[in-house]
Amino acid sequence: MVDREEKYIGSISGKLAAYILLAFGAVISLMPLYWLVMTSLRPAGAEFTYPPEWIPSSFHPENYPTAWRRAPFWLFTFNSVLVTFLATLGTLLTASMAAYAFARVPFYGRNVWFGLTLSTMMLPWAVTLIPRFLLFKYMQLFDSLWPLFLPFWFGGGGFYIFLIRQFIMTLPVEMEEAAVVDGASRVRIFFMITMPLTKPAIAAVGVFSFIHHWNDFISPLIYTNREETRTLALGLRYFGDEQFTEFRLIMAVATLMLVPVLVVFFAANKYFVSGVALSGLAGR
Amino acid sequence: MADAVQVGVSSPVQTQKPRWSRKVKADNIAGYLFLAPWIIGFLAFIVGPMLASGYLSLTKYSGFGDAKWVGFQNYDKIFQDDLFYTSLYNTTYFAFLGVPAQLLVALCLAVLLNMKVRYVNVFRTVYYIPTVTPAVANVFLWVWIFNFDFGLINSLLRLVGISPVNWLWDPQIVKPALILMSLWSVGQQMVIFLAALQGVSEELLEAASIDGATNFRRFLRITVPLISPVIFLNLIIGIINLFQTFTVAFIATKGGPINSSLFYVLYIYRKGFESFSMGYASGLAWILFMIILVITAIQFYFAQNWVYYESGGAPS
Repeated sequence: MVDREEKYIGSISGKLAAYILLAFGAVISLMPLYWLVMTSLRPAGAEFTYPPEWIPSSFHPENYPTAWRRAPFWLFTFNSVLVTFLATLGTLLTASMAAYAFARVPFYGRNVWFGLTLSTMMLPWAVTLIPRFLLFKYMQLFDSLWPLFLPFWFGGGGFYIFLIRQFIMTLPVEMEEAAVVDGASRVRIFFMITMPLTKPAIAAVGVFSFIHHWNDFISPLIYTNREETRTLALGLRYFGDEQFTEFRLIMAVATLMLVPVLVVFFAANKYFVSGVALSGLAGR
Repeated sequence: MADAVQVGVSSPVQTQKPRWSRKVKADNIAGYLFLAPWIIGFLAFIVGPMLASGYLSLTKYSGFGDAKWVGFQNYDKIFQDDLFYTSLYNTTYFAFLGVPAQLLVALCLAVLLNMKVRYVNVFRTVYYIPTVTPAVANVFLWVWIFNFDFGLINSLLRLVGISPVNWLWDPQIVKPALILMSLWSVGQQMVIFLAALQGVSEELLEAASIDGATNFRRFLRITVPLISPVIFLNLIIGIINLFQTFTVAFIATKGGPINSSLFYVLYIYRKGFESFSMGYASGLAWILFMIILVITAIQFYFAQNWVYYESGGAPS
Protein backbone atom coordinates (compact mmCIF):
# COMPACT_ATOMS: atom_id res chain seq x y z
CA MET A 1 0.00 0.00 0.00
CA VAL A 2 2.93 2.31 0.56
CA ASP A 3 3.42 3.05 -3.05
CA ARG A 4 6.35 5.37 -3.34
CA GLU A 5 6.30 6.10 -7.04
CA GLU A 6 7.37 9.62 -7.77
CA LYS A 7 4.13 10.23 -9.69
CA TYR A 8 0.60 9.28 -8.73
CA ILE A 9 -0.57 5.66 -8.61
CA GLY A 10 -0.90 4.64 -12.24
CA SER A 11 -3.42 1.81 -12.57
CA ILE A 12 -7.16 2.51 -12.54
CA SER A 13 -7.86 -0.34 -10.11
CA GLY A 14 -5.13 0.90 -7.78
CA LYS A 15 -6.58 4.39 -7.85
CA LEU A 16 -10.08 3.08 -7.26
CA ALA A 17 -8.99 0.97 -4.29
CA ALA A 18 -7.11 3.93 -2.82
CA TYR A 19 -10.11 6.24 -3.07
CA ILE A 20 -12.51 3.65 -1.66
CA LEU A 21 -10.25 3.16 1.37
CA LEU A 22 -9.75 6.90 1.81
CA ALA A 23 -13.47 7.61 1.50
CA PHE A 24 -14.33 4.87 3.97
CA GLY A 25 -11.95 6.43 6.52
CA ALA A 26 -13.38 9.86 5.82
CA VAL A 27 -16.95 8.68 6.47
CA ILE A 28 -15.90 7.10 9.76
CA SER A 29 -13.96 10.24 10.72
CA LEU A 30 -16.80 12.59 9.98
CA MET A 31 -19.69 10.52 11.31
CA PRO A 32 -19.59 11.94 14.86
CA LEU A 33 -19.29 15.46 13.49
CA TYR A 34 -22.27 14.89 11.20
CA TRP A 35 -24.33 13.81 14.20
CA LEU A 36 -23.18 16.81 16.17
CA VAL A 37 -24.49 19.20 13.54
CA MET A 38 -27.65 17.22 12.75
CA THR A 39 -28.59 16.89 16.40
CA SER A 40 -28.21 20.64 16.85
CA LEU A 41 -30.94 21.13 14.23
CA ARG A 42 -33.48 18.62 15.50
CA PRO A 43 -36.88 19.55 16.91
CA ALA A 44 -37.25 19.63 20.69
CA GLY A 45 -37.52 16.17 22.18
CA ALA A 46 -36.40 14.45 19.00
CA GLU A 47 -32.74 14.10 19.95
CA PHE A 48 -33.30 10.54 20.98
CA THR A 49 -35.25 8.39 18.61
CA TYR A 50 -35.11 4.79 17.57
CA PRO A 51 -34.19 4.05 14.90
CA PRO A 52 -31.92 7.09 14.58
CA GLU A 53 -32.93 9.56 11.90
CA TRP A 54 -29.99 10.24 9.63
CA ILE A 55 -31.74 13.34 8.39
CA PRO A 56 -33.95 15.17 10.89
CA SER A 57 -37.66 15.18 10.05
CA SER A 58 -37.60 18.98 10.26
CA PHE A 59 -34.80 21.50 10.66
CA HIS A 60 -34.75 23.95 13.55
CA PRO A 61 -32.01 26.54 13.23
CA GLU A 62 -33.75 28.51 15.97
CA ASN A 63 -32.09 26.05 18.39
CA TYR A 64 -28.98 28.20 18.01
CA PRO A 65 -30.33 31.51 19.38
CA THR A 66 -32.30 29.57 22.02
CA ALA A 67 -29.13 27.83 23.18
CA TRP A 68 -27.10 31.01 23.08
CA ARG A 69 -29.54 32.76 25.43
CA ARG A 70 -29.41 29.99 28.03
CA ALA A 71 -26.18 31.26 29.55
CA PRO A 72 -23.98 34.36 29.11
CA PHE A 73 -22.28 32.80 26.11
CA TRP A 74 -21.08 36.15 24.75
CA LEU A 75 -19.12 36.59 27.95
CA PHE A 76 -17.76 33.04 27.77
CA THR A 77 -16.74 33.67 24.16
CA PHE A 78 -14.99 36.88 25.13
CA ASN A 79 -13.09 35.03 27.88
CA SER A 80 -12.12 32.23 25.52
CA VAL A 81 -10.93 34.65 22.85
CA LEU A 82 -8.92 36.69 25.37
CA VAL A 83 -7.24 33.66 26.94
CA THR A 84 -6.53 31.99 23.61
CA PHE A 85 -5.10 35.17 22.12
CA LEU A 86 -2.89 36.11 25.07
CA ALA A 87 -1.65 32.57 25.66
CA THR A 88 -0.82 32.08 21.99
CA LEU A 89 0.90 35.45 21.71
CA GLY A 90 3.05 34.70 24.75
CA THR A 91 3.86 31.23 23.45
CA LEU A 92 4.92 32.51 20.03
CA LEU A 93 7.14 35.26 21.41
CA THR A 94 8.87 33.46 24.26
CA ALA A 95 9.13 30.04 22.57
CA SER A 96 10.76 31.71 19.55
CA MET A 97 13.18 33.54 21.83
CA ALA A 98 14.23 30.34 23.57
CA ALA A 99 14.38 28.50 20.24
CA TYR A 100 16.61 31.22 18.78
CA ALA A 101 18.97 31.01 21.74
CA PHE A 102 19.18 27.22 21.40
CA ALA A 103 19.68 27.33 17.64
CA ARG A 104 21.94 30.32 17.16
CA VAL A 105 23.56 31.71 20.29
CA PRO A 106 26.52 29.79 21.70
CA PHE A 107 26.32 30.21 25.44
CA TYR A 108 27.59 28.30 28.41
CA GLY A 109 25.33 25.42 29.45
CA ARG A 110 23.23 25.49 26.32
CA ASN A 111 23.04 21.72 25.88
CA VAL A 112 22.06 21.23 29.51
CA TRP A 113 19.22 23.72 29.21
CA PHE A 114 18.14 22.17 25.94
CA GLY A 115 18.10 18.73 27.52
CA LEU A 116 15.95 20.10 30.34
CA THR A 117 13.60 21.65 27.79
CA LEU A 118 13.15 18.29 26.09
CA SER A 119 12.66 16.50 29.37
CA THR A 120 9.77 18.81 30.31
CA MET A 121 7.85 17.30 27.41
CA MET A 122 7.74 14.07 29.37
CA LEU A 123 6.71 15.63 32.65
CA PRO A 124 3.15 14.69 33.60
CA TRP A 125 1.13 17.86 34.14
CA ALA A 126 -0.83 16.19 36.91
CA VAL A 127 2.26 16.32 39.16
CA THR A 128 2.43 20.10 39.23
CA LEU A 129 -1.34 20.58 39.26
CA ILE A 130 -1.89 21.17 42.96
CA PRO A 131 1.15 23.38 43.70
CA ARG A 132 0.38 25.48 40.64
CA PHE A 133 -3.13 25.94 41.87
CA LEU A 134 -1.81 26.95 45.30
CA LEU A 135 0.74 29.27 43.69
CA PHE A 136 -1.96 31.17 41.82
CA LYS A 137 -4.16 31.21 44.89
CA TYR A 138 -1.26 32.68 46.86
CA MET A 139 -0.73 35.29 44.16
CA GLN A 140 -4.43 36.19 44.52
CA LEU A 141 -4.96 35.18 40.89
CA PHE A 142 -7.30 32.28 41.55
CA ASP A 143 -10.66 32.66 39.84
CA SER A 144 -9.28 35.09 37.29
CA LEU A 145 -8.20 34.50 33.72
CA TRP A 146 -4.52 35.10 34.56
CA PRO A 147 -3.58 31.49 35.36
CA LEU A 148 -4.92 30.48 31.95
CA PHE A 149 -2.44 32.54 29.95
CA LEU A 150 0.32 33.85 32.22
CA PRO A 151 2.36 30.59 32.32
CA PHE A 152 2.54 30.65 28.54
CA TRP A 153 4.55 33.89 28.57
CA PHE A 154 7.44 31.85 29.99
CA GLY A 155 8.60 29.73 27.09
CA GLY A 156 5.25 28.35 26.01
CA GLY A 157 6.23 24.70 26.45
CA GLY A 158 9.07 22.39 25.51
CA PHE A 159 7.45 20.95 22.41
CA TYR A 160 6.95 24.37 20.82
CA ILE A 161 10.50 25.49 21.62
CA PHE A 162 11.80 22.26 20.12
CA LEU A 163 9.71 22.62 16.98
CA ILE A 164 10.79 26.21 16.26
CA ARG A 165 14.41 25.49 17.18
CA GLN A 166 14.56 22.58 14.72
CA PHE A 167 13.21 24.86 12.02
CA ILE A 168 15.73 27.64 12.71
CA MET A 169 18.51 25.04 12.47
CA THR A 170 17.54 24.43 8.85
CA LEU A 171 17.89 28.12 7.91
CA PRO A 172 21.16 29.36 6.37
CA VAL A 173 23.23 31.50 8.76
CA GLU A 174 24.75 33.77 6.09
CA MET A 175 22.18 36.52 6.39
CA GLU A 176 22.55 36.67 10.14
CA GLU A 177 26.34 36.70 9.89
CA ALA A 178 26.17 39.54 7.41
CA ALA A 179 23.97 41.45 9.83
CA VAL A 180 26.49 40.84 12.63
CA VAL A 181 29.24 42.30 10.45
CA ASP A 182 27.02 45.32 9.88
CA GLY A 183 26.88 45.72 13.64
CA ALA A 184 23.27 44.68 14.19
CA SER A 185 22.40 43.56 17.70
CA ARG A 186 21.10 40.09 18.53
CA VAL A 187 17.68 41.52 19.33
CA ARG A 188 17.54 43.24 15.96
CA ILE A 189 18.68 40.11 14.12
CA PHE A 190 16.11 38.04 15.96
CA PHE A 191 13.18 40.31 15.15
CA MET A 192 14.21 41.52 11.70
CA ILE A 193 15.80 38.41 10.17
CA THR A 194 15.20 35.19 12.08
CA MET A 195 11.56 35.67 13.08
CA PRO A 196 10.36 36.50 9.54
CA LEU A 197 12.20 33.48 8.12
CA THR A 198 10.71 31.22 10.80
CA LYS A 199 7.13 32.02 9.79
CA PRO A 200 6.13 28.45 8.78
CA ALA A 201 7.17 27.00 12.14
CA ILE A 202 5.62 29.91 14.02
CA ALA A 203 2.38 29.41 12.10
CA ALA A 204 2.33 25.72 13.01
CA VAL A 205 2.92 26.50 16.68
CA GLY A 206 0.28 29.23 16.54
CA VAL A 207 -2.32 26.81 15.25
CA PHE A 208 -1.43 24.12 17.80
CA SER A 209 -1.56 26.68 20.59
CA PHE A 210 -4.82 28.25 19.40
CA ILE A 211 -6.60 24.90 19.23
CA HIS A 212 -5.19 23.80 22.58
CA HIS A 213 -6.29 26.89 24.48
CA TRP A 214 -9.64 27.24 22.75
CA ASN A 215 -10.53 23.65 23.60
CA ASP A 216 -8.81 23.47 26.98
CA PHE A 217 -11.09 22.15 29.66
CA ILE A 218 -8.88 21.22 32.59
CA SER A 219 -7.17 24.56 33.32
CA PRO A 220 -10.40 26.60 33.45
CA LEU A 221 -11.91 23.85 35.59
CA ILE A 222 -9.07 24.09 38.10
CA TYR A 223 -8.43 27.82 38.10
CA THR A 224 -11.84 29.43 37.65
CA ASN A 225 -15.01 29.26 39.61
CA ARG A 226 -17.35 32.20 38.99
CA GLU A 227 -19.53 32.56 35.96
CA GLU A 228 -17.64 35.76 35.03
CA THR A 229 -14.41 33.85 34.47
CA ARG A 230 -15.88 30.91 32.62
CA THR A 231 -14.64 29.99 29.15
CA LEU A 232 -16.71 28.38 26.40
CA ALA A 233 -15.33 24.88 26.96
CA LEU A 234 -16.38 25.08 30.58
CA GLY A 235 -19.62 26.92 29.86
CA LEU A 236 -20.73 24.02 27.72
CA ARG A 237 -20.57 21.71 30.69
CA TYR A 238 -22.61 23.99 32.92
CA PHE A 239 -25.39 24.01 30.39
CA GLY A 240 -27.88 22.76 32.87
CA ASP A 241 -28.83 19.58 34.58
CA GLU A 242 -31.28 18.74 31.85
CA GLN A 243 -28.39 17.71 29.62
CA PHE A 244 -30.32 14.92 28.04
CA THR A 245 -33.62 16.65 27.52
CA GLU A 246 -31.86 19.57 25.81
CA PHE A 247 -29.19 17.74 23.99
CA ARG A 248 -29.84 19.66 20.78
CA LEU A 249 -28.97 22.94 22.54
CA ILE A 250 -25.65 21.61 23.83
CA MET A 251 -24.85 20.39 20.35
CA ALA A 252 -25.75 23.81 18.93
CA VAL A 253 -23.24 25.58 21.17
CA ALA A 254 -20.67 22.85 20.52
CA THR A 255 -21.10 23.39 16.79
CA LEU A 256 -20.57 27.13 17.19
CA MET A 257 -17.50 26.49 19.32
CA LEU A 258 -16.09 24.26 16.62
CA VAL A 259 -16.41 26.86 13.85
CA PRO A 260 -13.36 29.03 14.73
CA VAL A 261 -11.25 25.91 15.22
CA LEU A 262 -12.16 24.62 11.78
CA VAL A 263 -11.56 28.02 10.19
CA VAL A 264 -8.08 28.31 11.71
CA PHE A 265 -7.36 24.70 10.96
CA PHE A 266 -8.32 24.96 7.28
CA ALA A 267 -6.50 28.26 6.87
CA ALA A 268 -3.24 26.91 8.28
CA ASN A 269 -3.71 23.29 7.29
CA LYS A 270 -0.57 23.07 5.17
CA TYR A 271 1.62 23.91 8.16
CA PHE A 272 0.45 20.89 10.10
CA VAL A 273 2.31 18.12 8.36
CA SER A 274 5.14 20.35 7.17
CA GLY A 275 5.56 21.83 10.65
CA VAL A 276 5.90 18.42 12.22
CA ALA A 277 8.12 17.19 9.40
CA LEU A 278 10.38 20.22 9.64
CA SER A 279 10.76 19.82 13.35
CA GLY A 280 12.76 16.68 12.66
CA LEU A 281 10.32 14.74 14.82
CA ALA A 282 10.48 12.23 12.03
CA GLY A 283 13.74 11.14 13.62
CA ARG A 284 16.30 11.99 11.01
CA MET B 1 14.77 12.98 20.53
CA ALA B 2 18.26 11.64 20.78
CA ASP B 3 18.90 13.02 17.33
CA ALA B 4 17.87 16.45 18.45
CA VAL B 5 20.52 16.44 21.11
CA GLN B 6 23.07 15.34 18.58
CA VAL B 7 22.05 18.18 16.31
CA GLY B 8 22.55 20.50 19.25
CA VAL B 9 26.14 19.38 19.63
CA SER B 10 26.98 19.90 15.98
CA SER B 11 25.42 23.35 15.75
CA PRO B 12 26.60 25.56 12.93
CA VAL B 13 27.45 28.50 15.19
CA GLN B 14 31.19 29.05 15.49
CA THR B 15 32.50 29.24 19.02
CA GLN B 16 36.07 28.12 18.63
CA LYS B 17 37.83 31.33 17.57
CA PRO B 18 39.68 32.76 20.56
CA ARG B 19 39.83 36.33 19.23
CA TRP B 20 36.08 36.52 19.86
CA SER B 21 36.43 36.55 23.62
CA ARG B 22 34.40 39.74 23.88
CA LYS B 23 31.90 38.17 21.57
CA VAL B 24 31.77 35.07 23.75
CA LYS B 25 30.83 37.22 26.69
CA ALA B 26 28.21 39.05 24.67
CA ASP B 27 26.86 35.74 23.40
CA ASN B 28 26.51 34.39 26.91
CA ILE B 29 24.59 37.46 27.99
CA ALA B 30 22.40 37.36 24.87
CA GLY B 31 21.78 33.63 25.20
CA TYR B 32 20.60 33.86 28.76
CA LEU B 33 18.50 36.95 28.03
CA PHE B 34 16.70 35.17 25.21
CA LEU B 35 16.26 32.12 27.40
CA ALA B 36 15.28 34.13 30.49
CA PRO B 37 11.49 33.79 30.12
CA TRP B 38 11.80 30.04 29.75
CA ILE B 39 14.22 29.70 32.67
CA ILE B 40 11.96 31.75 34.92
CA GLY B 41 8.96 29.70 33.83
CA PHE B 42 10.87 26.47 34.32
CA LEU B 43 11.72 27.43 37.88
CA ALA B 44 8.35 28.97 38.77
CA PHE B 45 5.99 26.56 37.08
CA ILE B 46 7.89 23.29 36.97
CA VAL B 47 10.79 22.97 39.43
CA GLY B 48 9.11 25.00 42.19
CA PRO B 49 5.77 23.17 41.97
CA MET B 50 7.55 19.80 41.80
CA LEU B 51 9.42 20.52 45.03
CA ALA B 52 6.32 22.02 46.63
CA SER B 53 4.38 18.94 45.63
CA GLY B 54 6.98 16.74 47.31
CA TYR B 55 6.80 18.84 50.47
CA LEU B 56 3.00 18.96 50.49
CA SER B 57 2.83 15.19 50.18
CA LEU B 58 4.42 15.05 53.64
CA THR B 59 1.80 17.34 55.16
CA LYS B 60 -1.86 17.51 55.90
CA TYR B 61 -3.19 20.53 54.04
CA SER B 62 -6.69 21.58 53.08
CA GLY B 63 -5.65 24.48 50.88
CA PHE B 64 -6.55 26.93 53.64
CA GLY B 65 -4.53 27.87 56.70
CA ASP B 66 -1.24 26.12 57.40
CA ALA B 67 0.10 22.81 56.20
CA LYS B 68 0.71 20.39 59.06
CA TRP B 69 3.80 18.16 58.83
CA VAL B 70 2.82 14.49 59.05
CA GLY B 71 5.87 12.74 57.61
CA PHE B 72 5.07 9.70 55.49
CA GLN B 73 1.54 9.28 56.85
CA ASN B 74 -0.07 10.15 53.50
CA TYR B 75 1.93 7.47 51.73
CA ASP B 76 1.05 4.95 54.43
CA LYS B 77 -2.62 5.72 53.90
CA ILE B 78 -2.31 5.66 50.11
CA PHE B 79 -0.83 2.18 50.14
CA GLN B 80 -3.82 0.96 52.17
CA ASP B 81 -6.34 2.80 50.02
CA ASP B 82 -8.49 0.52 47.87
CA LEU B 83 -9.39 3.34 45.51
CA PHE B 84 -5.69 4.02 44.90
CA TYR B 85 -5.27 0.47 43.63
CA THR B 86 -8.54 0.58 41.70
CA SER B 87 -7.61 3.82 39.93
CA LEU B 88 -4.09 2.57 39.25
CA TYR B 89 -5.48 -0.64 37.76
CA ASN B 90 -8.00 1.24 35.61
CA THR B 91 -5.36 3.65 34.36
CA THR B 92 -2.80 0.96 33.60
CA TYR B 93 -5.43 -1.11 31.78
CA PHE B 94 -6.51 1.95 29.81
CA ALA B 95 -2.97 3.02 28.88
CA PHE B 96 -1.58 -0.42 28.05
CA LEU B 97 -4.52 -1.37 25.87
CA GLY B 98 -5.30 2.10 24.59
CA VAL B 99 -1.87 3.20 23.39
CA PRO B 100 -1.19 0.17 21.12
CA ALA B 101 -4.71 0.47 19.71
CA GLN B 102 -4.26 4.19 19.09
CA LEU B 103 -0.86 3.77 17.49
CA LEU B 104 -2.11 0.98 15.23
CA VAL B 105 -5.05 3.10 14.04
CA ALA B 106 -2.86 6.18 13.65
CA LEU B 107 -0.28 4.25 11.64
CA CYS B 108 -2.92 2.71 9.36
CA LEU B 109 -4.44 6.13 8.73
CA ALA B 110 -1.00 7.60 8.05
CA VAL B 111 -0.30 4.82 5.52
CA LEU B 112 -3.62 5.57 3.81
CA LEU B 113 -2.81 9.28 3.73
CA ASN B 114 0.62 8.56 2.33
CA MET B 115 -0.80 7.00 -0.83
CA LYS B 116 0.12 8.84 -3.98
CA VAL B 117 -3.25 9.92 -5.29
CA ARG B 118 -4.69 13.28 -6.22
CA TYR B 119 -6.62 15.22 -3.53
CA VAL B 120 -5.01 13.21 -0.74
CA ASN B 121 -4.51 16.55 1.02
CA VAL B 122 -8.26 16.91 1.40
CA PHE B 123 -8.38 13.57 3.17
CA ARG B 124 -5.49 14.56 5.43
CA THR B 125 -7.57 17.50 6.59
CA VAL B 126 -10.72 15.44 7.04
CA TYR B 127 -8.94 12.75 9.06
CA TYR B 128 -7.57 15.37 11.42
CA ILE B 129 -10.90 17.08 12.13
CA PRO B 130 -12.00 14.77 14.99
CA THR B 131 -8.78 15.67 16.80
CA VAL B 132 -9.50 19.41 16.78
CA THR B 133 -13.04 18.94 18.07
CA PRO B 134 -13.26 20.34 21.62
CA ALA B 135 -12.97 17.51 24.12
CA VAL B 136 -16.12 18.57 25.95
CA ALA B 137 -18.21 18.54 22.78
CA ASN B 138 -16.66 15.23 21.84
CA VAL B 139 -17.53 13.67 25.16
CA PHE B 140 -21.16 14.81 25.08
CA LEU B 141 -21.47 13.48 21.57
CA TRP B 142 -20.06 10.09 22.48
CA VAL B 143 -22.31 9.81 25.50
CA TRP B 144 -25.11 9.84 22.98
CA ILE B 145 -23.36 7.50 20.53
CA PHE B 146 -22.94 5.01 23.39
CA ASN B 147 -26.50 5.50 24.68
CA PHE B 148 -28.14 2.15 25.38
CA ASP B 149 -31.60 2.81 23.95
CA PHE B 150 -31.02 5.36 21.20
CA GLY B 151 -27.29 5.46 20.59
CA LEU B 152 -25.79 5.10 17.16
CA ILE B 153 -23.73 2.00 17.89
CA ASN B 154 -26.54 0.01 19.49
CA SER B 155 -28.87 0.99 16.66
CA LEU B 156 -26.41 -0.42 14.18
CA LEU B 157 -25.99 -3.55 16.30
CA ARG B 158 -29.77 -4.10 16.41
CA LEU B 159 -29.87 -3.65 12.66
CA VAL B 160 -27.61 -6.65 12.18
CA GLY B 161 -29.33 -8.61 14.92
CA ILE B 162 -26.77 -8.34 17.72
CA SER B 163 -28.16 -7.57 21.15
CA PRO B 164 -27.29 -4.03 22.32
CA VAL B 165 -24.41 -3.39 24.69
CA ASN B 166 -24.52 -1.15 27.75
CA TRP B 167 -21.32 0.64 26.75
CA LEU B 168 -20.82 3.22 29.47
CA TRP B 169 -22.71 1.59 32.33
CA ASP B 170 -21.28 -1.90 32.34
CA PRO B 171 -18.15 -2.10 34.54
CA GLN B 172 -16.67 -4.72 32.21
CA ILE B 173 -17.17 -2.68 29.06
CA VAL B 174 -16.72 0.96 30.01
CA LYS B 175 -12.92 0.97 29.61
CA PRO B 176 -12.88 -0.71 26.17
CA ALA B 177 -15.68 1.68 25.17
CA LEU B 178 -13.60 4.69 26.19
CA ILE B 179 -10.61 3.28 24.29
CA LEU B 180 -12.83 2.88 21.23
CA MET B 181 -13.88 6.50 21.61
CA SER B 182 -10.26 7.67 21.95
CA LEU B 183 -9.47 6.14 18.55
CA TRP B 184 -11.25 9.05 16.93
CA SER B 185 -8.73 11.56 18.24
CA VAL B 186 -5.42 10.09 17.09
CA GLY B 187 -4.70 12.89 14.62
CA GLN B 188 -1.59 14.04 16.45
CA GLN B 189 0.07 10.62 16.26
CA MET B 190 -1.19 10.20 12.71
CA VAL B 191 0.48 13.42 11.54
CA ILE B 192 3.77 12.45 13.17
CA PHE B 193 3.63 9.02 11.48
CA LEU B 194 2.78 10.64 8.18
CA ALA B 195 5.75 12.99 8.41
CA ALA B 196 7.97 9.98 9.10
CA LEU B 197 6.52 7.93 6.24
CA GLN B 198 7.22 10.77 3.85
CA GLY B 199 10.86 10.61 4.81
CA VAL B 200 11.29 6.90 4.10
CA SER B 201 13.86 6.51 1.35
CA GLU B 202 12.27 5.60 -1.97
CA GLU B 203 15.42 3.87 -3.21
CA LEU B 204 15.27 1.31 -0.42
CA LEU B 205 11.64 0.51 -1.11
CA GLU B 206 12.21 0.25 -4.84
CA ALA B 207 15.21 -2.01 -4.31
CA ALA B 208 13.01 -4.27 -2.20
CA SER B 209 10.33 -4.42 -4.91
CA ILE B 210 12.92 -5.46 -7.44
CA ASP B 211 13.93 -8.23 -5.07
CA GLY B 212 10.33 -9.36 -5.20
CA ALA B 213 9.13 -8.35 -1.74
CA THR B 214 5.38 -7.90 -1.46
CA ASN B 215 3.97 -4.56 -0.34
CA PHE B 216 3.09 -5.84 3.09
CA ARG B 217 6.47 -7.49 3.62
CA ARG B 218 8.19 -4.35 2.41
CA PHE B 219 6.19 -2.35 4.90
CA LEU B 220 7.07 -4.64 7.81
CA ARG B 221 10.72 -5.15 6.92
CA ILE B 222 11.72 -1.72 5.66
CA THR B 223 9.20 0.98 6.49
CA VAL B 224 8.51 -0.04 10.09
CA PRO B 225 12.18 -0.25 11.11
CA LEU B 226 12.88 3.07 9.40
CA ILE B 227 10.09 4.85 11.26
CA SER B 228 10.72 3.02 14.54
CA PRO B 229 12.13 6.14 16.24
CA VAL B 230 8.78 7.81 15.64
CA ILE B 231 6.82 4.77 16.82
CA PHE B 232 8.94 4.97 19.96
CA LEU B 233 8.26 8.69 20.36
CA ASN B 234 4.50 8.18 19.96
CA LEU B 235 4.62 5.27 22.39
CA ILE B 236 6.38 7.30 25.10
CA ILE B 237 4.12 10.32 24.70
CA GLY B 238 1.01 8.16 24.33
CA ILE B 239 1.64 6.32 27.60
CA ILE B 240 2.30 9.59 29.43
CA ASN B 241 -0.90 11.10 28.03
CA LEU B 242 -3.18 8.14 28.68
CA PHE B 243 -1.85 7.79 32.21
CA GLN B 244 -3.33 11.26 32.72
CA THR B 245 -6.76 10.63 31.21
CA PHE B 246 -9.21 12.92 32.91
CA THR B 247 -11.82 14.84 30.92
CA VAL B 248 -13.78 11.94 29.51
CA ALA B 249 -14.15 10.20 32.85
CA PHE B 250 -14.86 13.48 34.63
CA ILE B 251 -17.73 14.46 32.33
CA ALA B 252 -19.15 11.27 30.86
CA THR B 253 -18.88 8.49 33.39
CA LYS B 254 -17.91 10.39 36.56
CA GLY B 255 -15.63 7.48 37.35
CA GLY B 256 -18.45 4.96 37.29
CA PRO B 257 -20.01 2.52 37.14
CA ILE B 258 -18.75 1.32 40.53
CA ASN B 259 -15.39 3.07 40.03
CA SER B 260 -14.56 1.09 36.91
CA SER B 261 -13.57 4.27 35.08
CA LEU B 262 -12.05 6.01 38.09
CA PHE B 263 -8.76 6.98 36.47
CA TYR B 264 -5.77 8.05 38.47
CA VAL B 265 -5.85 11.78 37.71
CA LEU B 266 -9.58 11.87 38.36
CA TYR B 267 -8.83 10.40 41.77
CA ILE B 268 -6.14 13.05 42.35
CA TYR B 269 -8.67 15.73 41.38
CA ARG B 270 -11.29 14.37 43.75
CA LYS B 271 -8.87 14.14 46.64
CA GLY B 272 -7.36 17.57 46.01
CA PHE B 273 -10.26 19.66 44.81
CA GLU B 274 -13.33 17.92 46.16
CA SER B 275 -12.15 16.53 49.51
CA PHE B 276 -9.48 19.25 49.88
CA SER B 277 -6.87 16.73 50.97
CA MET B 278 -4.11 18.51 49.09
CA GLY B 279 -1.33 16.69 50.92
CA TYR B 280 -2.80 13.31 50.12
CA ALA B 281 -3.41 14.33 46.50
CA SER B 282 0.18 15.52 46.20
CA GLY B 283 1.34 12.13 47.44
CA LEU B 284 -0.78 10.49 44.77
CA ALA B 285 0.70 12.84 42.17
CA TRP B 286 4.26 11.99 43.17
CA ILE B 287 3.55 8.30 42.98
CA LEU B 288 2.15 8.84 39.48
CA PHE B 289 5.30 10.74 38.55
CA MET B 290 7.47 7.88 39.77
CA ILE B 291 5.37 5.29 37.93
CA ILE B 292 5.57 7.23 34.66
CA LEU B 293 9.29 7.76 35.16
CA VAL B 294 9.88 4.04 35.66
CA ILE B 295 7.70 3.05 32.69
CA THR B 296 9.47 5.58 30.47
CA ALA B 297 12.89 4.37 31.64
CA ILE B 298 11.91 0.76 30.92
CA GLN B 299 10.78 1.74 27.45
CA PHE B 300 14.08 3.52 26.80
CA TYR B 301 15.91 0.43 28.01
CA PHE B 302 14.06 -1.90 25.65
CA ALA B 303 14.24 0.61 22.80
CA GLN B 304 17.79 -0.54 22.10
CA ASN B 305 16.33 -3.83 20.86
CA TRP B 306 13.87 -2.49 18.35
CA VAL B 307 14.37 1.20 17.63
CA TYR B 308 16.56 1.74 14.62
CA TYR B 309 18.65 4.89 14.30
CA GLU B 310 20.41 5.58 11.04
CA SER B 311 23.22 7.25 12.94
CA GLY B 312 23.59 4.03 14.92
CA GLY B 313 23.24 5.63 18.33
CA ALA B 314 20.95 4.30 21.01
CA PRO B 315 18.43 6.74 22.46
CA SER B 316 19.81 8.54 25.46
